[in-house]
Amino acid sequence: MSKEKTVRPTIDADSLRSEIRDNSVRVIDVRRAEDYKKDHIPKSVNLPLAELLSDDDPQRVLKIAQSLGIDDDTPVVVYDDTFGALASRVAWTLEYLGHSDVSLLDVTYGKWKSAGLETDTKEQSFGSKTHSLRLRPEILATVDYLEKAKDAKNVVLLDNRERLNYLEQHIPGAVNIPYRTLASGDKILRTKDDLRRLLKNRGINEDSEIITYCGSVGTLSGLAYYALKTADYQNVKLYVRSFKEWKGLNKPIIKQENADYWDLSAE
Amino acid sequence: MSVITKPAKDARMPKINWARAEEADNFARTVKLFRQGKMDADSFRRFRLQHGAYGTRMTDDYAMVRIKIPAGEIYPHQLEKIANLSEAFSIGSAHVSTRQNIQLHWVVLEDVSEIMRGLAEVGLTPREACGNSVRNVMCSPLAGVCDEEEFDATPYAVATAKFLLRNPMNQGLPRKFKFNFTCCEKHGMARMVDVGLIPQTRTVSGSLQRGFKIFLGGGLGNKSFVGHQLEEFTPEEDLLYTSIAVLRIFDRLGDRKNMARNRMRYLVDQMGWEQFQNLVLKERAIVRATQSVIVKLSIEPEQKPAAPLRVSGFDGKAIPDGFSRWRKNNTYKQKQQGYYSVSITLEAGDITASQLLAMADILREFSAEGYGRTGFVQDMVLRYVHESDLVRLYSGLLEAGLANPGSLTMAHPVGCSGTTSCNLALTNSHRLAKEIQRKFVELKLDEDDDLRDATIKISGCPNSCGQHEIATVGFYGGGGRMGKDMYPVYQMSLGGRADGETMLGVNVLRIPAKRVMPAITKIIETFKANKKQGDTLKSWIHKVVTGYSDSQIKSVDDIKKILLPLTQAPSITDDKDFYADYGSDSSYHTKTGKGECAA
Repeated sequence: MSKEKTVRPTIDADSLRSEIRDNSVRVIDVRRAEDYKKDHIPKSVNLPLAELLSDDDPQRVLKIAQSLGIDDDTPVVVYDDTFGALASRVAWTLEYLGHSDVSLLDVTYGKWKSAGLETDTKEQSFGSKTHSLRLRPEILATVDYLEKAKDAKNVVLLDNRERLNYLEQHIPGAVNIPYRTLASGDKILRTKDDLRRLLKNRGINEDSEIITYCGSVGTLSGLAYYALKTADYQNVKLYVRSFKEWKGLNKPIIKQENADYWDLSAE
Repeated sequence: MSVITKPAKDARMPKINWARAEEADNFARTVKLFRQGKMDADSFRRFRLQHGAYGTRMTDDYAMVRIKIPAGEIYPHQLEKIANLSEAFSIGSAHVSTRQNIQLHWVVLEDVSEIMRGLAEVGLTPREACGNSVRNVMCSPLAGVCDEEEFDATPYAVATAKFLLRNPMNQGLPRKFKFNFTCCEKHGMARMVDVGLIPQTRTVSGSLQRGFKIFLGGGLGNKSFVGHQLEEFTPEEDLLYTSIAVLRIFDRLGDRKNMARNRMRYLVDQMGWEQFQNLVLKERAIVRATQSVIVKLSIEPEQKPAAPLRVSGFDGKAIPDGFSRWRKNNTYKQKQQGYYSVSITLEAGDITASQLLAMADILREFSAEGYGRTGFVQDMVLRYVHESDLVRLYSGLLEAGLANPGSLTMAHPVGCSGTTSCNLALTNSHRLAKEIQRKFVELKLDEDDDLRDATIKISGCPNSCGQHEIATVGFYGGGGRMGKDMYPVYQMSLGGRADGETMLGVNVLRIPAKRVMPAITKIIETFKANKKQGDTLKSWIHKVVTGYSDSQIKSVDDIKKILLPLTQAPSITDDKDFYADYGSDSSYHTKTGKGECAA
């Protein structure tokens, strides 16, 4: 695929429907197999997030992608039925393998269905295709990378967990934008203008290098990765092993002291 | 099963848009100027408070956004928006305050403008919810449905709020200023506020005239005062003139230097009531003579809900457990035949985002007026529920975790935010209120008719946000010491009340935090052993503190003697828990920051 093509972080339902009709897209449903079997977007294939997470070694994921009929030039659209975070993690993984045209459906499957759009029960196979492997380390942050980079002036570390979890413990220097901040109304992500205003208010500029993380497997922060893309922030990395790994390695952690904020929660 | 006639979704929309969208942009710009060092900290703090963002415990990075809910009126789509904003920018819960505001805590200062933007979409504003301005104008959540009221004060409260919001007259008062409208003597706090109003009527040459009993100069705080009644009857057309006159006097003569003494009640106290009263009456004459005739309150006529927008009757399913217990102490029979008002008990005022969403649906489905009210005791009130819908409503509330019993009883304590977010707090009064509620509901104290009209209110410091001084049993937090070890304690007071016989509680003694519950239980036991027929805990304590006891317990000192053993501090090695506050497992130490407003 040519470099000139503008990669869209999200795609709306109407555009996706016409691409499905044209057979010009591969749609990935990341829900559990039993949910997919019940019904799904027509001509979509199933790659449950749990299956990908069980071993996300690039070679293995590459094989899965090929078996789903994805080659280097197949535009891919991913959807889930939560709020886009699960789809984001799968989409990011494909990008990491070197796939250049991955988008998120901008609504959840639930919204798709309640809007009365077409669904299908038929499971389709598109035969196996060949996909090259050109890893893109520039969108991945490892713990080693994060440790070295995080205090650099131009680097912003984003924690996408909920506010109380952040207050309780976070990576030193991280700023908190809870994943719930990213959605708007029926859409999994706010508009570009909205997101840009939010980020600018926080003093986060598009020339910064941004590293996102969340609790454990890079789903919530995966959604933030696509939010930043939507806002036209180009230099974004996902710390895919996130806080779970950081904490497990006994790296330094910061806590908001001298306040009993948990007791304000009605949970 | 009856026929379903469902009200159209959002059939009822708010009459007033309190918001101005441009204030969000202005706030965002000002935060940037402040962060860039182009605005000094004091000016910024004044600006921030004027726009409803309060400081947060031990940090400059976060704010609390206090959303004004004038007269407590809140619509379903507004609750949904607040739910949404709490998840995006706060802690996923909101807090209903004792002044009918809804607060979002632990908001990143740079995100406050986003909350303002979201609120503007549904017509709400935090403007003048903090700072030296006229705060949320309160109105009894039972106004309009109370069977003891003379008339519905709500339109007057709303009109007053509308007139004063952003009014240049009160943008830089010596200190904050509060209006409370009530329905009747029983359900309000007219005497514990700068301006308190109770509707009353009189007949003048054959026609009924509306007016108010107006109380001035009351208020709770480090030093509390009971308000004075201005005159026997203030006709409704004088409501605005009186309000303006009082604000003008306070603006002119109030203390702008001494932070600790600049509420209007100190001015009244210092000047003496008669002189202050004269001044108000003279000022009012001037205001009446000089205000343009167009300056008046626009009182929207009361709108009775249309004929019962009833959903259905009882659906034939079994009545859920706990229904009669809940019905007894969470519902109020309205003066409108067949209708009930329902109080939703929240734990210390906290409600999750998903509960706010559930509440919005429940309001649409069950309230014939189509909107709700925030209450006076960190609760929410759902009105115009048809009697035959109560069972279904209860089931709905149960499902949402909103059916806690005992809302209108002693088992529903008030607790300010305490060390969960407030700079001034010394103890975790918020968590203590929750612990007491859980324990008392478990002990079924809500079902005890003798305790029904008593109240428990807790503040985390000597300021009175938790309103401890008007509680039957009140507490405010502080630190105690045993050798070098500190532990949290509460000063206990007894006999406070805010009704027709308003008085401040009488201090009894200091009770360690972890002994507060045993102390209350001990008081209840003593009451049970000494009560005479017809006594409630509230009336019995009232007799004791006012010197009219007719039992063995003659005075507060007698109660003090009984409680004294509870004040003994064990050594830290014997009882480590004694030295930790609620919600904490480490040793207690007091720590406070700078206060901004005691709310």
